[in-house]
Amino acid sequence: MENPALILRDVHKCFGKGETSVQALNGVSIQVPAGTVTGLIGPDGAGKTTLMRLCCGLLELDGGSVETLGIDAVEQPAAVQAAVGYMPQRFGLYEDLSVQENLDLYANLQGVPVASRQQRYDQLMQMTGLAPFTRRLAGKLSGGMKQKLGLACALVRPPALLLLDEPTVGVDPVSRRELWQIVYSQVKDAGMSVLLSTAYLDEAERCNEVILLHKGEVLGQAPPHEFSKTMQGRTWEAASSEMPTRRLQNALSRHPGISDAIINGDRVRIITQQGYQPEAQTLLPDASDLHIQAVPPRFEDAFIDRLGGSDETAHATPEIRNIETGDSEGDAIRVEKLERRFGDFIAVKQISFSVKRGEIFGLLGANGAGKTTTFRMLCGLLPVSSGKVSVAGHDLRTASAQARGHIGYMAQKFSLYGNLTVEQNLRFFSAAYNLHGQRQQARIRWALEGFELEPYANTNAGTLPLGYKQRLAFATALMHEPEILFLDEPTSGVDPLARREFWRRTNALAEAGVTVLVTTHFMEEADYCDHLVIMAEGSILAAGTPHELRSLARSDKHPEPSMEDAFISLIQTREEAP
Amino acid sequence: MKSQARMRLKGMIRKEWLQILRDPSSIAIAFLMPVVLLFLFGYGVSLDAKQIPLGLVIDQPDSNTASFSASFDHSDFFSPRTFGSIQEAQQALAERQIDGIVWLRSNFSSLLLSGQDSPIAVRVNGVDANQARITQGYIQGAWLSWLNQYAAQHGRQLPLPVAMEQRVWFNAALISRHYLVPGLVAIIMTLTGSLLTAMVVAREWERGTMEALMVTPLKMQEMLIGKLIPYFFLGMGGMLFTVALSVWQFHVPFRGSFLALIGASALFMLVALALGLLISIVSKNQFVAGQIAIIITFLPAFILSGFIFDINSMPQAIQVVTHLVPARYLVSILQSLFLAGDVWPVYWANMGAMLIMLLVLMRIVRKKSYKRLD
Repeated sequence: MENPALILRDVHKCFGKGETSVQALNGVSIQVPAGTVTGLIGPDGAGKTTLMRLCCGLLELDGGSVETLGIDAVEQPAAVQAAVGYMPQRFGLYEDLSVQENLDLYANLQGVPVASRQQRYDQLMQMTGLAPFTRRLAGKLSGGMKQKLGLACALVRPPALLLLDEPTVGVDPVSRRELWQIVYSQVKDAGMSVLLSTAYLDEAERCNEVILLHKGEVLGQAPPHEFSKTMQGRTWEAASSEMPTRRLQNALSRHPGISDAIINGDRVRIITQQGYQPEAQTLLPDASDLHIQAVPPRFEDAFIDRLGGSDETAHATPEIRNIETGDSEGDAIRVEKLERRFGDFIAVKQISFSVKRGEIFGLLGANGAGKTTTFRMLCGLLPVSSGKVSVAGHDLRTASAQARGHIGYMAQKFSLYGNLTVEQNLRFFSAAYNLHGQRQQARIRWALEGFELEPYANTNAGTLPLGYKQRLAFATALMHEPEILFLDEPTSGVDPLARREFWRRTNALAEAGVTVLVTTHFMEEADYCDHLVIMAEGSILAAGTPHELRSLARSDKHPEPSMEDAFISLIQTREEAP
Repeated sequence: MKSQARMRLKGMIRKEWLQILRDPSSIAIAFLMPVVLLFLFGYGVSLDAKQIPLGLVIDQPDSNTASFSASFDHSDFFSPRTFGSIQEAQQALAERQIDGIVWLRSNFSSLLLSGQDSPIAVRVNGVDANQARITQGYIQGAWLSWLNQYAAQHGRQLPLPVAMEQRVWFNAALISRHYLVPGLVAIIMTLTGSLLTAMVVAREWERGTMEALMVTPLKMQEMLIGKLIPYFFLGMGGMLFTVALSVWQFHVPFRGSFLALIGASALFMLVALALGLLISIVSKNQFVAGQIAIIITFLPAFILSGFIFDINSMPQAIQVVTHLVPARYLVSILQSLFLAGDVWPVYWANMGAMLIMLLVLMRIVRKKSYKRLD
């Protein structure tokens, strides 16, 4: 047995002082074995980046010790930094340098002998498929290509230990698969050890070993199947032909014997409480044709279970006034041949779709696919280059304030005032939507109660935990009870429990007749939508119900393809097309 | 190991150059900014009184009044306009069309011919006190020279007990541009050295590239030197360009030695770069770094360096503060190099002050910068 690549003993790390201090890591002890791929898995704010940086000697410790490749990372940070390969979250690329110039820079810094460089470059370019683009500026590469170039730069001199901080976030599934291939080829060929952090739980299953991190503490370390094994006999899928999946999920998640219920394709995937045997008749007596079958457990099930399950009854759902959909004719949103150009660059190419009243409509795609640009045009924040947009019968760019009052918008980035308290934010945004007096009071109370923000009412919004920031942003978008709601990447970076909570609230809105337009780069979230379009490089690849889209990838080999499979097959078909 | 260090440094410098070449804003600050500032200060801003608009009122024109008014016409300092009556001229003065009035009353010639005192009336707009004093002085000068001329023509002696014979040294024609433009070199070098450098380093923090650089064998001093060298040459390039433009385009005399100029600007450039690096350590955000750089380096270089406002006429307390402004020492050296020549006592005293500043700043920078994020 080789020496471990990384040894952390009782590591403590705290940021800030006094009341605003954050305990990023709290007594973490782990060993990362050499010559394997270890996944560091946990939601945003779990302490993944802090741990990575500590391993590189970039931060000071508050307690414990870190040993990287046998070197003390606190005592000899320079020696550690010279030995490891590291790719920080935003890939560490110079966007105004070309692919080749980025490689040259890192080759110089890593002291790669000039004689052996070309051979290494050729290898890396062939592996990443970047060979045709060596002269292109890094800033003009797609998200997936940037990620691969970042990886190539970290691999210019093959390091004994490779640390990758969230290399796959927001990158399209095809590029994600390719990244994993490259990582494994390095482990196999060069005997490299890899520590990779990710917030995607489905990626855990690709690792040799998984370290589960949550709120600065290690929940467990084991090969991924070991995690799933503990869930044996507790995972099931339910389906009913009578009930829409969303309503079924809603009903099931309220059942006391069930600790988690999520939509998975056309079925609802449930985790039952220890020892509870679900039976169709007792579970939901009203649904006559409920089918329940046992399914093999997944890593995510174990994760959710370890966090204590998604306790549905513990969270309030805000009451929502029913929107009368009958009185207005036509589709809520209609988009015809919409196009947006920035100089030579076409961000959105001739897209058309329409959204019916009271449905959840999804825009699915990787970062840079054109989702946010489309959103901004729909909300009238960005002029269209050509094409037509109508939201509730208006072009919001020219519509009156009254027409704008019918929509709510939650931006991708935290767009509330960080130095105002939660209540002041609610007050300000409700006033901006013309609410005042008793009605304003009532709505603020509604938001504080319905989104469980009361304990934080007097906390500055900027210091809230991420999940609560997202709740607050969601609440402010709903203050004026809009008929149409735009949600731009609402679940990006939020932990799986908060994501479940978010979708439950969104479902409740849709049930009440609110039209919801949502963008996401989480493929599995597509199943929550009634209809969706898949976007890549500004175009719509496919449109339809989740079921229809998944069936596009159905084959003998893949009888039940996931949304990710569908996405990948769509991209591949497009690339093969002349 | 030596060759590896050289390779790393070479890599950093090359990268920094490529970024400078691709970033229009750094080229603009180094080369376009000097042009804009030079044109502004060379043509636009002038502290000289030239072509003062002046109203002449002559109640009874004759040959004497004609020769009197001609002396104003021929002067560079005035652009006279003739008014028919004092009322019209006063109106024009009130509307600020003219800055002063010279009024020759109807008895001017007769009194002059009869050898008696012949008063002329002068009115000056006193709103801008400085301008008023200058106008007044120039009118007096014009009138005195006319009087001398008149006396010579008529073979008389002026009854003046003491006559002043004045000489202006170093800037004989009293052209304020000659005094302003050398100081601009310090301003332009402050921009490249402190503002640009602070923002460029902050950009690395903002874009997350600093983190990637840190986890390489690159040493902190190599990173600092790698940043210093390209911007040093960029700043020196801007300096040479500014000097060339001032000498050839604006005909500012350069009387000192070129080597002394290079030495002083190189030392100042290092001080400015050290300040820029220090700012970037304090602020890892481009916007804040830019603001700090403007407030603590650029504005003081403008106001407190003696570039426009004379330090000796500032309040005592402010004069003490100016000693903390590195540009002050360079401006002082530049003004003497351009206008007076190599004045070694001035040169070395100011060089010494800059050297002390450099050593102190470098020590702080070296101490404050380490390869860590917190």
